[in-house]
Amino acid sequence: MSESAAVEAGPAPGDRAQYAVCGFLALVGALVIADAARLKHIATSNDPIGPKPVPVLLGVLLLIVAALYAVDVARGGTGEAEAGEDVDPTSPVDWRTVLLLIGAFVVNLALIEPLGWVISGALLFWGSAYALGSKHHIRNLFIAAGLSLATFYAFAIGLGVNLPAGVLQGIL
Amino acid sequence: MDNLTNLLHGFGDVLTPMNLLLALIGVTVGTAVGVLPGIGPAMTVALLLPITYGLEPVQAFIMFAGIFYGGMYGGSTTSILLNTPGESSSVVTAIEGNKMARAGRAAQALATAAIGSFVAGTIGTALLVLVAPQVVKFAISLGAPDYLAIMLLAFAGATAVLGSSRIRGFAALLLGLVIGLVGIDKVTGQERLAFGVPQLADGIDVVVVAVGIFAVGEALWVAAHLRHNPGHVIPVGRPWMGKADWRRSWKPWLRGTAFGFPIGALPAGGAEIPTFLSYATEKKLSKHPEEFGHGAIEGVAGPEAANNASAAGTLVPMLALGLPTNATAAVMLAAFTSYGIQPGPLLFQRESSLVWALIASLFVGNLMLLLLNLPLAPAWAKLLQIPRPYLYAGILFFASMGAYAVNSQPLDLLLLLALGLIGFGMRRFGLPVLPLIIGVILGPIAERQARMSLQLSNGDLSGLIGGPVSYVIYLVLLALIAWPLVSRRLTRKRQLVDA
Repeated sequence: MSESAAVEAGPAPGDRAQYAVCGFLALVGALVIADAARLKHIATSNDPIGPKPVPVLLGVLLLIVAALYAVDVARGGTGEAEAGEDVDPTSPVDWRTVLLLIGAFVVNLALIEPLGWVISGALLFWGSAYALGSKHHIRNLFIAAGLSLATFYAFAIGLGVNLPAGVLQGIL
Repeated sequence: MDNLTNLLHGFGDVLTPMNLLLALIGVTVGTAVGVLPGIGPAMTVALLLPITYGLEPVQAFIMFAGIFYGGMYGGSTTSILLNTPGESSSVVTAIEGNKMARAGRAAQALATAAIGSFVAGTIGTALLVLVAPQVVKFAISLGAPDYLAIMLLAFAGATAVLGSSRIRGFAALLLGLVIGLVGIDKVTGQERLAFGVPQLADGIDVVVVAVGIFAVGEALWVAAHLRHNPGHVIPVGRPWMGKADWRRSWKPWLRGTAFGFPIGALPAGGAEIPTFLSYATEKKLSKHPEEFGHGAIEGVAGPEAANNASAAGTLVPMLALGLPTNATAAVMLAAFTSYGIQPGPLLFQRESSLVWALIASLFVGNLMLLLLNLPLAPAWAKLLQIPRPYLYAGILFFASMGAYAVNSQPLDLLLLLALGLIGFGMRRFGLPVLPLIIGVILGPIAERQARMSLQLSNGDLSGLIGGPVSYVIYLVLLALIAWPLVSRRLTRKRQLVDA
């Protein structure tokens, strides 16, 4: 019992990357306070405190939490990474896959209005499947095109959901 | 009796061929998506939001009710057949359920889960009919300071009870509250955290936040750690139960419901506590305690019922107070607001037919689920074998479509990506996502209530603490915050005595 307490109290080589989270929280806190500082203080009988105090309070709390978080990390505290059906928690983060997925996402974001959902969505699906290690590139192209056409007809034309037709306007 | 009439009207709205079809689609799609590995009930509802965009509110909610229970049931199928549950509320089901499946009793495990969910869901919905109007009656008498106290309790409940680490839970909550700040202040018209971007003036849509944190964040996180040999799926036939299984299941169903509904209905409840309580109780009461850990049917029947009853319970604070207490309710609330409907005590007066149609369709959806799931279980099991690249590519695809469709602006996709990266980071560093989403939804409401309270007191801070209701809530809140400090003291004392 006393042994485990000693281990807890002593500095443990925790997950140092957690300091980045503290930094992020502090940054957000500072940003919120800076943004609140330029607000005009308007106090009326309807609204005695105005829009300013809540962001200031949140900003201060974020700075405090960032500091406490850093203390927790320094003491060896770690958060438990999320588990799941397809998650192998022992493997390191596969940055190549993550960056490729972000790439596919950005392609969709950039092309959805100029080219339309059918093309950008298909590229998103195809690119994501590629990033995730699927080797059937040609088959995936057909699946991607089928999926984006099906969603376009079902949602945009069938249900009236707003999806842009882009360059295929008039053809679809 | 008034409520009974209302409920009958609700059934009248639901029981048209078109609406029954929508309920059936909701249940089927909800189960199919919920079964997919890595997709929990909250993500199911978030991803399926767009299919309701083109519908009238009543029809949309009929469909939602089906998606809600379908997604819940789908999740338990996954945990029984695959053993690695994505949702904390299905953890307990997996313990015994997967052992049963491995021992060749997958059919019985799925059957007791399906029938138990039906029993618990039906009783839970009936209790919802009884309890929600009473809560509304009580809630109407509450003033702004009382509401503020309830919101603060919900914040504390989401951060303190669920998260193993309070500091991480609190950090997540604060991030959510900051996201909720973005946009024009409703009272004074000043922009906060919008940085002059016109699309941000209306704030960040809650649907975009939910889809980003739940779907995109999860897909990125799994992609970063993708298992290259996915878990073994146990083949299953049509679920059925023998006489002995029925005898051993019915009491756990009822006891599970008794744990699930009240705890789910509390502002700081959730599904984890009742499922664990139910498991522990069944283990204690069982005539076959030696079977626990090797596939005891009571250990599936009780927790599954508790899980479903607590889901019905969470609808009480959600509908009556506008207070989401779990992730699924939070996403449902986001769906309500996207129709311009604000849940809360006035909902039962203003949108009476909508509420009762929703409740009636919960009954209908629950029954459909039972009729559908017993024969379709083998088909659901096949879905578990979907190639993982397609599954996660599909999640990103539908997430992008849904987020774009909310406002038709590409900027939302950029926000979706940013929120997805925040969700990824939170999963990496063990920050719970529930406090964030609750902060986004309740933050603006809490601020409005606080400012209204101060308006009544002319800016005097004492106005923030109102009548007796808020006193009681603040006492509970204090106990919630103080408890870990006290319990740590106690264990330390015990350790000293032991030493």
